[in-house]
Amino acid sequence: MSLDTTETKVAPKRGMSILFSLTLLGLLLFLWLLLAFSTNSFWTPNNISNLLRQGAMTAILAVGQTFVIITAGIDLSVGMILTLTNCLASWVLAGTGFELAFGVMGVLGAGLLCGMLNGLIVVFGRLQPIVATIATSAIFYGLALLLRPTPGGSINEDLADFFTSKLFGLVPASLAFLALVVLLVWIPYSRSVLGRTAYAIGSAEQAAYMSSMPVRKAKFAAYAISGFMAGIGGLYLTFFSYTGEAALASGNAYTLFSIAAIVLGGVSLAGGRGSAIGAVFGALAFRAIGDLLFVFDLDPLWQPLFQGVVLILAIAIGSIGFARVRNRLEWFQ
Amino acid sequence: MTDETTSPLPSSPARARRRFDPAVAIAFGCILLLLLAGSFYSRNFLSPDYLLQQLKVAAFLGIIATGMMDVILIGQIDLSVPWVVTTGAMAACAVNSYGPAGAVLAVPFGVLCGAAIGAVNGLAVGYMRVPSMIVTLATNAVAQGLMVVYTGGFSPQDSASPFMRTLATGNLIPGVPNGVLVWGAIAALAVFVLRRTTFGRSLYAIGNRERAAYLSGINTRRIAMLAFVISGALSALAGVLLAGYASKASQSMGDAYLLPAIAAVVLGGTHVLGGKGSYLGTIAGVILITLLQSILSVMQMEEAGRQLIYGFVIIGMLLLYGRQKAAQ
Repeated sequence: MSLDTTETKVAPKRGMSILFSLTLLGLLLFLWLLLAFSTNSFWTPNNISNLLRQGAMTAILAVGQTFVIITAGIDLSVGMILTLTNCLASWVLAGTGFELAFGVMGVLGAGLLCGMLNGLIVVFGRLQPIVATIATSAIFYGLALLLRPTPGGSINEDLADFFTSKLFGLVPASLAFLALVVLLVWIPYSRSVLGRTAYAIGSAEQAAYMSSMPVRKAKFAAYAISGFMAGIGGLYLTFFSYTGEAALASGNAYTLFSIAAIVLGGVSLAGGRGSAIGAVFGALAFRAIGDLLFVFDLDPLWQPLFQGVVLILAIAIGSIGFARVRNRLEWFQ
Repeated sequence: MTDETTSPLPSSPARARRRFDPAVAIAFGCILLLLLAGSFYSRNFLSPDYLLQQLKVAAFLGIIATGMMDVILIGQIDLSVPWVVTTGAMAACAVNSYGPAGAVLAVPFGVLCGAAIGAVNGLAVGYMRVPSMIVTLATNAVAQGLMVVYTGGFSPQDSASPFMRTLATGNLIPGVPNGVLVWGAIAALAVFVLRRTTFGRSLYAIGNRERAAYLSGINTRRIAMLAFVISGALSALAGVLLAGYASKASQSMGDAYLLPAIAAVVLGGTHVLGGKGSYLGTIAGVILITLLQSILSVMQMEEAGRQLIYGFVIIGMLLLYGRQKAAQ
């Protein structure tokens, strides 16, 4: 009985994953060049910051989502945590100095708390991640509506402008911020015991448990970090919009984008494989593909359809591997 | 193979235990509790009119939950419900605007659109082995994109056909709304299919252990495909009825049905990982959710409070009996 649950998935060679990342990076650069040469508006500072802003937001969410997906779970509440923290930020970021610092910490703490609630329910409540996080997103949406029944609020614009500016007049702050997040959160985590355990859970939970790895701690940490990252995303959204809004549709869209970024970024949806760096490139590529529409001068109404089709194609390409399985029984692991 | 070994409810002790399935019992207990609590608030809660009205509202959710249940039974999930519901409604209303022939074809066309989206889901899950939560999210996005392009982002002007309106609001049998009859027919069919047909048994078998089901000769891929087609078709049918009820389709009319549908199935004792569950439980779950929504709206709870209570109740009830086994 336990034999087939302890089998590990065959990991691809390291060279393959590097090759994949390079392909993705190439695709991203190609998309950006295509955008750059085919439109006149691409080089305008407004457009570049817009592109990076949306890309960076999705990327931050996707990094959080990666932590969870690696453990073979899923966090469908990231979009709503982002909405909730956005609404919270539109209240608490109005002051200056210490007030502002506490405000930022409060927003990030709220994201972390939301993630910890998910973690508690999934790990200690032993509920299915899909159902649990759909249910908690109803809670987060309710809280967001309590905070902001109608869109509004105002924040300290100096702080917001700093995060939307260019550092030393060269590097967009959003990109630097994203790099910082990857450096400070992803790289230490993926090399720690918890990070290794997360990979082990994704490829064979039973085996990880048997080898007395901290399975529950690692799962809990994954959900908590995912919530924290969504909190960063919410903070970031507020810096750009200056206001808070509890909208069901945009929350759901952010959840979808975070998952699309992961699919494009080569993170295995079955868990155990992939890295946040891939997800970051996936997020940037996904937003760039969305902007391709403007190259062809199509109505923005086509954008949701286009993004959906890109996601479906990415899923289809990602699943080609199954056609090469030698023994059909390997499907049912 | 004899009947005895393939049945999901094999020996008589097991059958007896199933009859007292704690989940179904708790769900029905909660329904009674809600009615009791409601009757303290207002005497109308126990009147037949109010209860029939609740059943009428529950019918939409019940039809969606039926499809969701057969997908959950094989251990998958269908997150494309919101926009399949909307697509079904909009497609039916759109066809209705093409004269008398359109009015006749409105309902079948709407359902067919849902079945087509379900077929894409089933193809990806069954034949390409993509995790269902991802692919159904993607088809949901595509359906949304299609409808946004079609309507230009506004509510479409087409209205529902007379037949759709009768189906949703009329009374064929005096006193019993037609929507409830439709749900009743689908429920009877679902019970028959789940208990007495190879297809139904295969759903349970795949949910219990897909590998074993495959080795014992079940065409697991085709069954998974069919399950998703049924789920898509039923969601679209609910959309068609909803359009008949409101006499037109609107954007995001399906958004309010994903969480309730999953919650109804799971609160009714169907195992989230598949392989176990009864339709009686799903009926209980649907009624429970509908009553909860109704009581919250009678108490004139704000949308925010409703979402909060809703999320907490679902998580609370799942923690009561929807937990997985501990790792060992």
